[in-house]
Amino acid sequence: MNRPQALTNRLRRELFATPLDGLITVALLLGLGAGLKALLHWTLTQADWAVIQANSTLLAVGRYPLEQQWRLWLLTALLSGATGSSWGLLRGRGWPHSDRLAAAVLVVFGLVLPATLGLTATVQQHWWWITALLIAGRWAAGRWGGELPSRWRRLLPLAWPMLYLLGLGLIGGGLGLMSVRPSQWGGLLLTLIEASFAILVCFPLGIALALGRRSELPLLRWCSTLYIEFIRGAPLITLLFLGQNILGFLLPGGLAPDRVWRAAWILTFFAAAYVAEAVRAGLAALPRGQWEAARSLGLNTVQTLLHVVLPQALRVALPATVGQFITLLQDTTLLSLIGLLDLLGVARAVMANPEFLGRNAEVYLVLAILFWCCCAALGLGSRSLERRLNRQSLRSQP
Amino acid sequence: MQTPWWRNRRLLPLLVQAAVGLMVLVTIAFLLGNLVRNLSAAGLLLSWRWLNLPAGFDISETLLPFNAELPYWRALLAGLVNTVRVVLIGLVGATLLGTLAGTAAFSSNGLLRRLSRTYVELVRNVPLLLQLLFWYFVVFLSLPNGPAAIQLPWVVLAKSGLYLGSTQLIDGVWQGSLRITLEFAALLTGLIIHSGAFIAEVVRGGVTAVPAGQWEAARSLGLSAGQTLSRVVLPQALRVIVPALNSQYISLAKNSSLAVACGYSDLYSVAETTLNQTGRAVEVVLILLGTYLAMDLVISLLMNRLNQLVQIQER
Repeated sequence: MNRPQALTNRLRRELFATPLDGLITVALLLGLGAGLKALLHWTLTQADWAVIQANSTLLAVGRYPLEQQWRLWLLTALLSGATGSSWGLLRGRGWPHSDRLAAAVLVVFGLVLPATLGLTATVQQHWWWITALLIAGRWAAGRWGGELPSRWRRLLPLAWPMLYLLGLGLIGGGLGLMSVRPSQWGGLLLTLIEASFAILVCFPLGIALALGRRSELPLLRWCSTLYIEFIRGAPLITLLFLGQNILGFLLPGGLAPDRVWRAAWILTFFAAAYVAEAVRAGLAALPRGQWEAARSLGLNTVQTLLHVVLPQALRVALPATVGQFITLLQDTTLLSLIGLLDLLGVARAVMANPEFLGRNAEVYLVLAILFWCCCAALGLGSRSLERRLNRQSLRSQP
Repeated sequence: MQTPWWRNRRLLPLLVQAAVGLMVLVTIAFLLGNLVRNLSAAGLLLSWRWLNLPAGFDISETLLPFNAELPYWRALLAGLVNTVRVVLIGLVGATLLGTLAGTAAFSSNGLLRRLSRTYVELVRNVPLLLQLLFWYFVVFLSLPNGPAAIQLPWVVLAKSGLYLGSTQLIDGVWQGSLRITLEFAALLTGLIIHSGAFIAEVVRGGVTAVPAGQWEAARSLGLSAGQTLSRVVLPQALRVIVPALNSQYISLAKNSSLAVACGYSDLYSVAETTLNQTGRAVEVVLILLGTYLAMDLVISLLMNRLNQLVQIQER
C-alpha cells in the first residue's frame, strides 16, 4: 500500500469511522476553524504588544533598582552555566539526537525571542551571552567532566544548594553589596524566589510530616494528622490572609518577618501538608517486608529510613510530589491578592496604568504562556526522571 | 550485658513522644501567650459582640436580602450563601463537563480525543486566578451592550448581565426571566472549566482502571459504544472515580474563595471587608477557617455516602 493511501485510510479510521463520527468531526472542525480565525484576526490586527515591550523590565524584576540589576544578570549567567554543566555531566561526551535538538531550540530561542520581543540591544546581547554560556557549559562538562576524579564528581551536586544561597545573597545584597529590601523585589523574580524557596523547604517538611503520620507513636501520628488535615481543609487565600493579619500578633514584636517572607513561609507550610500526602502514598505502597528485612539486617530506624524506605517511597511519590510543586508555582499568583507585586501583581498594576488601558488580553496571554511553559516543563522533567529511575531500578535488580 | 537506656525499645518511644509533645506544647503556649499579650495591648481581645453592630457596607449581589444597616453576622451569612450558591452550581457543571471531557478521551473519533487532551493540558498548567481574571476582564467585561449584545436562543449575553428565558429589549435595556451578573458568570465559568479539567483526568483514570476485557466482552455481546460506556464501563469506573472526585469537589469549594478576583461577594470577600472595617483579625480568620472546614466536611460526608452506594454490594 502506498503512503498517500495509508494516510487516507488512517484519516478515515480516525475521523470518519461512523456517520456520527463524521458529523462530530465536521462540527469540531468548523468550531475550531472559527476559533482559530478569530484568534488570528485578533493577533494580526487588534493585539498591540507595546504594553509588554514597554513593561518588560517591570514584569521581570518589578521595582528592583536599575543600577543593581547587573547582579540579577550575573545570577542568571551563573545559573545558565551551572545548568549547562549539569547537563553535560549527565550526558557525557556524546551529543545524542535529542541533545542536539534541545541545544538547537535553546539557541534559536536565545537569539530570536529577545529580538522578536523588541527588547533593547543591551538586553539582547545579555541573552546571547547567557545562551552561549549554557551551550559552552554543556560542551565543556561533557568533554572533560569524565576526567574528574570520582571523589570530586560526587561533591558536584552540592554546587546547586550553594548556588541557591549565593543567589539569595546576590538578590538581597549585604556583605558589601548594596542591600535591596524584599519589598523591592517583584515580577517574575519574586514569583521564582517564593516558589523555589517554598519548594525547597516544603519537601523535607512534607517528608517529616508523612513519616509522622505513619509513625507507630500515637502522639506523633495525631499531631501530624491534625496539622495536615487542618491545612488541607483551608483555602490558601485564607491562610495567606492569616499570615498577613495575625502572624504579627503571634510573634513577639519585631520578630515577625516582612510581608514577602511571611507569604513565603505560609506557602511553604501550606505545600508541606500536600507533599506529605503524596509522600504518604509512596510510603503506603512499600511492602512491610522492606521494613522487616532492614530491621533483621540490624539497621536502626534512621538507617532503615535513609537507605531502604525513603529511596523507594520517594520514587513512587515523585509524580504526585512534582504535581504539588506545579500547583505551588501556580499558587504564587495568589500573592497578588494580598497586595504583593509578584508577576501577576505587577501585571495588574501595569493594566491599571491608563496608558495601557484595555490591553488586558495581551498581558494575560503572555502570563498564561509563561506559566504554561514553566509548568509543562516541570511535568515533562518529572516524567523523564521517573522513566530514568525506573530503568535504574530494573537494572539494579539481580 | 544490660541494654543502655537509649536503646531500650520500651523507653525510647515514650521519650521521643514526650519530647515532641513538649515541643508542640511550648510552641503553642509561646504563640498563644504572644497573641494574648499583643491583642490586649491593641485592645482587640477576643470578643464576638461586634458581630451585632451594623455592617455599614453594601453587598452588590445577594440571595438573602441585605442592606448596610444589617449587622455584620448577616453580611457574613449573605457571603456564605453566595459561596454555597457558586459551589453547588459549580459542582454540577464541573461534573458534567469533566465526565464529557473524560469520556471523550476514549472516543473513536481521533479529533475529539486530541481535543480532550489539549483541553486538560491547557487548563491544568495555567493558574486558576489567571483564568478567572481572564474570564472576567477579557471575556465578560468586553461583551457589547444594548442591541449589539450577543443573542442566542433563550440566552442574551450583554455587558449588563446574562439574561436567560424569554428576553426582550426595552429602551436599550435587556429584560429577561432570569438575570445573572457578569461577576457570578465569570466566576462560575472559570471554576467549571478549571475543575472540569481535573475531573476529566479523574474520569479518564477511572475508565482506564477498568480491565480491557470488560470492553471486549460488552462489544462481543453486541452493545453499542454508548451502551458499553454507560452500562458496563462507567458503573465499574465509578468505584475508582468517586473517592478521587471527593478531593476535586473539596478543592472546588476552596477555590471558590478566589471570587474576589471577579468582584463577586463570596464569604472571603465579605470577610476581608469586615476585617478592614473592624480590625478583628483573629475572629474573622477563625470564622473563615471554621466555615471552610465545615463545608469540606459536609462534602466529604456526602461523598462517603455516595461511595458506599457505588462500591460492590457484597453479602
